[in-house]
Amino acid sequence: MLNKKRGRENADIDGSSLADIAFLLLIFFLVVTTIDVDTGIGLVLPPIPDDIEPPPVRERNLMNILVNAQGMVLINDQPSAIASVRESVREFVNNNGVDPELSESPDDAIVSIKTDRRTPYNVYIDMLDEVMGAYEELRHQASMEQFGVPFSSLESGSERRVQIQEMFPKQISIAEPDEG
Amino acid sequence: MSKFQKKQAKTKQGVPTSAMPDVVFMLLIFFMVTTVLREVELQVQIDYTEAENIEKIEQKRLVSYVYIGPERLGGGRLGETRVQIDDALIDDMGAIRNIMYDKLMEQPRLIVSLRVDRDSEFGIITDVQQELRHAGTLRINYSTRRQL
Repeated sequence: MLNKKRGRENADIDGSSLADIAFLLLIFFLVVTTIDVDTGIGLVLPPIPDDIEPPPVRERNLMNILVNAQGMVLINDQPSAIASVRESVREFVNNNGVDPELSESPDDAIVSIKTDRRTPYNVYIDMLDEVMGAYEELRHQASMEQFGVPFSSLESGSERRVQIQEMFPKQISIAEPDEG
Repeated sequence: MSKFQKKQAKTKQGVPTSAMPDVVFMLLIFFMVTTVLREVELQVQIDYTEAENIEKIEQKRLVSYVYIGPERLGGGRLGETRVQIDDALIDDMGAIRNIMYDKLMEQPRLIVSLRVDRDSEFGIITDVQQELRHAGTLRINYSTRRQL
């Protein structure tokens, strides 16, 4: 039995390159099957309030955005279009105490978002997108002024990026839902 | 018996089998790769919203998904809006708190990705968010597609 096998070996085709082919295929699959990267709008929820009263926020530093069941947007009780949210947030955050109605500084500015139980989700996301867009524009502007490069080109976690982020911290608050 | 011996003698010019392990190995790796990438079987229908100002989640290990959308019934019909975590539909909203708390214990830097159908109403998301707040998983991400 053993003898016979040895005899066969001489008739072998050279198979040494097969490993290379296998490797190439493997790499091909590895590259191709990378699934799409997760994208989305990041947000940090407020923790459940303790018995301790939250620190008082001055009226002018708070911007109330309400999205109602009909998908209409109210900014500080004024009805407005979704497209104008970005401009309003920009003005509000970057006021630096000029207008007595708007925020004192970007550090103090808080955007409070309130929704109804029947608010359509896509309207909410559109509105949130606009708010994020406003912050993104402000950060981009600051980055161009300070370093002369767009904010998106700053590496995540780098000193410069953190500095810009601290200039315009995203303070977005999700209001407590109504009872019932 | 004599016939059998004859056949064996002919195999002198047989197909080489030395590459067999390579092929098997390759197939094995292929299947390994595909099974790891398999997402959970969705029992709810999700049509993502689009947004412009989105960020990427680089570290996939940190992410846990919550799916919210109309339940898929047989024959392409859609039912009530339901919440799905991993492979199960959630009947009791209070259970989310415990599930998420356990996940947070395993991964302290957990990000919860909310994959919500665009036509959902916000009430159910509010409920889920309240549960997440109780669980202490505060970092969330509304999954959206990039607007073209």
